[in-house]
Amino acid sequence: MTGTQRTHLDQLENQSIFIFREAYRAFKNIAMPWSMGKDSNVLIWLAQKSFFGKIPFQVLHIDTTYEFPEMLEFRDWATWHYKLNLVVKINEEARKRGIGYETHDPVTVTHELKTVALQQVLAEHKWDALITGIRRDEDPTRAKERYFSPRNAQFEWDYKDQPPEFWGQFAASAAKGEHVRVQPLLDWTEVDIWRYIQREEIPIPKMYFAKNGKRFRSLGCSPITHPIKSDADTIDKIIAELEETKTSERAGRAQDHHERNAMQKLRAKGFL
Amino acid sequence: MQQQQLLKVVFVGHVDHGKSTLIGRILHDTESLEDGKIEQVKKACAEEGMEFEFAFLLDALLEEQEQNVTIDTTRIPFRTKRRQYSIIDAPGHKEFLKNMITGASNADAAVLVIAASEGVREQSRRHAYLLTLLGIKQIVVVVNKMDLAEFSKERFDEIKNEYRKFLVDLGLEARAFIPASAKTGDNVAQRSKEMRWYHGPTVLEALDATEPTPSLVDLPLRFSVQDVYRFDERRIIAGRIETGTLRAGDQLVFSPANKTSTVNSIERWNADGDRPAVAGDSIGITLTEQIFVERGYVASHQAETPIETNRFHADLFWIARNPLHVGRLYNIRLGTQDLKCQIVSIEQVMDSSTLERIIEKREQLQRNEVGRVTIQTRAPLVLDNYDRIANLGRFVIVDDNTICGGGIVFGGVYTDRTVAKSKNIFWTEEKITPMQRAVHLGHRGAVVWFTGLSGAGKSTIAQGLERELFNRGMHTYVLDGDNIRHGLNSNLGFSPEDRVENIRRVSEVAKLMADSGAVAITAFISPYRVDRRRAREIALEGKAEFVEVFVDAPLEVCEARDPKQLYKKARAGEIRDFTGIDAPYEPPEDAEIVVRTDKQTVDESIATILEQLLPRLKPDDAND
Repeated sequence: MTGTQRTHLDQLENQSIFIFREAYRAFKNIAMPWSMGKDSNVLIWLAQKSFFGKIPFQVLHIDTTYEFPEMLEFRDWATWHYKLNLVVKINEEARKRGIGYETHDPVTVTHELKTVALQQVLAEHKWDALITGIRRDEDPTRAKERYFSPRNAQFEWDYKDQPPEFWGQFAASAAKGEHVRVQPLLDWTEVDIWRYIQREEIPIPKMYFAKNGKRFRSLGCSPITHPIKSDADTIDKIIAELEETKTSERAGRAQDHHERNAMQKLRAKGFL
Repeated sequence: MQQQQLLKVVFVGHVDHGKSTLIGRILHDTESLEDGKIEQVKKACAEEGMEFEFAFLLDALLEEQEQNVTIDTTRIPFRTKRRQYSIIDAPGHKEFLKNMITGASNADAAVLVIAASEGVREQSRRHAYLLTLLGIKQIVVVVNKMDLAEFSKERFDEIKNEYRKFLVDLGLEARAFIPASAKTGDNVAQRSKEMRWYHGPTVLEALDATEPTPSLVDLPLRFSVQDVYRFDERRIIAGRIETGTLRAGDQLVFSPANKTSTVNSIERWNADGDRPAVAGDSIGITLTEQIFVERGYVASHQAETPIETNRFHADLFWIARNPLHVGRLYNIRLGTQDLKCQIVSIEQVMDSSTLERIIEKREQLQRNEVGRVTIQTRAPLVLDNYDRIANLGRFVIVDDNTICGGGIVFGGVYTDRTVAKSKNIFWTEEKITPMQRAVHLGHRGAVVWFTGLSGAGKSTIAQGLERELFNRGMHTYVLDGDNIRHGLNSNLGFSPEDRVENIRRVSEVAKLMADSGAVAITAFISPYRVDRRRAREIALEGKAEFVEVFVDAPLEVCEARDPKQLYKKARAGEIRDFTGIDAPYEPPEDAEIVVRTDKQTVDESIATILEQLLPRLKPDDAND
């Protein structure tokens, strides 16, 4: 033995880097959606680890126009800090039609302002791969995901007939008009993410930390994202809180709970 | 807070033998479910007039009630006092083999469920066999539904003895055989009161006693190259340590080129670079000597290098709908290598449920079958026997960009000359397109046009490049003064007109060779831009890739080398119109590749050319 004991986080980190590099080699035209949330920022960090400080592809923010001002502030700072090649996309057409949380249900709005916006920008840039920050533990439908997960031209995910994936070999090609979701964080849990943020000192928005007895555990559009009761104002306290809790991470995200199987429906139509 | 290693456990077994119930029971008894989940499921059952079952907990978690079968691999976390687990739920249905392999290939251990009421069934055996192919050796056998067998010790022993014998034949030994009832909870988390005759561990105890897959650090070094990056001034070779340890200062052998170089540095971002890299680490390295390295290369230490072969034996399982055909061209991916291959022969087919070997020559392998095969690759493949270094002893077969099967290597290399080469290649009648040629040969045709002064090193580098391409299984040939002047152009002298004609003919021959799919390398001084431009136009007319390589060295250097004493003769006036002396040389203004032979060694020059040339020869772009 060398005395170099690898931790669980080391294993996750190295596996993610491996996936990043496989993706960068396999696809010509990659983009990485970035929501400025904690997982997204871990993704940015791992991309820098993979490519030795450089992020050699475009980073995409789907701006729903319902973003928290603190998140936009963070976006501008991080874009400058990491020297990101950032693309910002708003589904202007849907906004003009009056789609919004004021008048429509959250599933419709999420679909229009996130998924359709993504479809539009993907068609514009002809990206053949999207590197996403989804994790298996977030949601049962995400538990079925692969590291490399093909989506057809209509963005549909055929989760009943997914390509095999084993021994570090992936479905690393996309037919014309299709794209592959590359998901380096699939094996990470919410606690892993926090421990890694702590270990690496990764910058994240302040909204995750408790203020006046409340904090955001997961961040989305401002009208439908609700803080949880919490006094966790440090990463240590957040980790301690997560060790105890048995409610789900996305409990504060209204679109998931609007109707039964809402998440499954959203995801089958192309939602991340 | 202590961070225990996560243990990934795959659950397999015959359909309806109670896998889902067992998982549901474990989730319940370890209190791993979300608050209110059990009440919610119980309520739903009551509303529908159904009896509550533990399997529903899993189903509810997976939102699969309407299907009532497990449809794809999922991961479900639970925790014991000892550590964190991830359950990989693999389906019991025959047609979902690919999902089971996807899930189980990641597992550290397996729980195999057999119902006491039904006993050992087809999939009980098939799944165990697949586990051996996947290299999972830690197996816990749960004899479930003991409540339906009156908690009978005799019934348990009967199943245990039958199945143990089967496992021994496979070379497996179960860590435990546990009589249990997932429905009643006996021997899952709680010790059974009904089966006091059993003194072994409960299911959770058996899992807690299982260790994660043993460390790969102590095996010989294998570093799989994923890519070579030049994002800044560094040339970083990025890849993963599959096994062993790599340190700065190590001398490495890169296979299949068999070039050696020394690790100058280990590169990591925002981490300690000096730390040795160990199995599982995704790192980068820089080298002291700049040898050519590309994706697919495997670095090892001199004393323990991998096997390099283009023909080997393997056990292969097939999961695609279309059968595997002997003789057809497939891609083989092993580590980061990706090569064309053919299955030369199928020597036997294993019935994975009876382990009966059907020894007969076959031309096809059907979906879900496992065969013992001989594989031949177009170019050398770097591999290890599976039982020595699993990571480099397993591969997948890819057809049309889809993973169709997987296999494990055994027995190293030997040549079986009784088996015919490449039979049953499928020919068609139509004219062969450049793309078909490129796919067939594994690379595009091209003209690689060297230019430079006499003595600059064109011929030496051209020959070296030819050897490198040839070693990669590529079809290549050097055209130079030796083989052109004495035959095709024997009627030409060295007058200006004859020189132009000489180059024109070389251009046409090179184009035809490129059109045939070869990489034609020309090594002529070709001093005039206009001639080289024409050579390019001729090649492009034939839709061949044209790559101009400027072999650059100052006149003084070339004259000092003077390998054929030509400069001396020219200075003495014995040769007229000698380029550089009394005839001009017009250096290229936009050559695709430039090498400086006064500054680079021959090997470095060849490495520079390969690095820029190989991406242009990939067949993927042949349909542009």
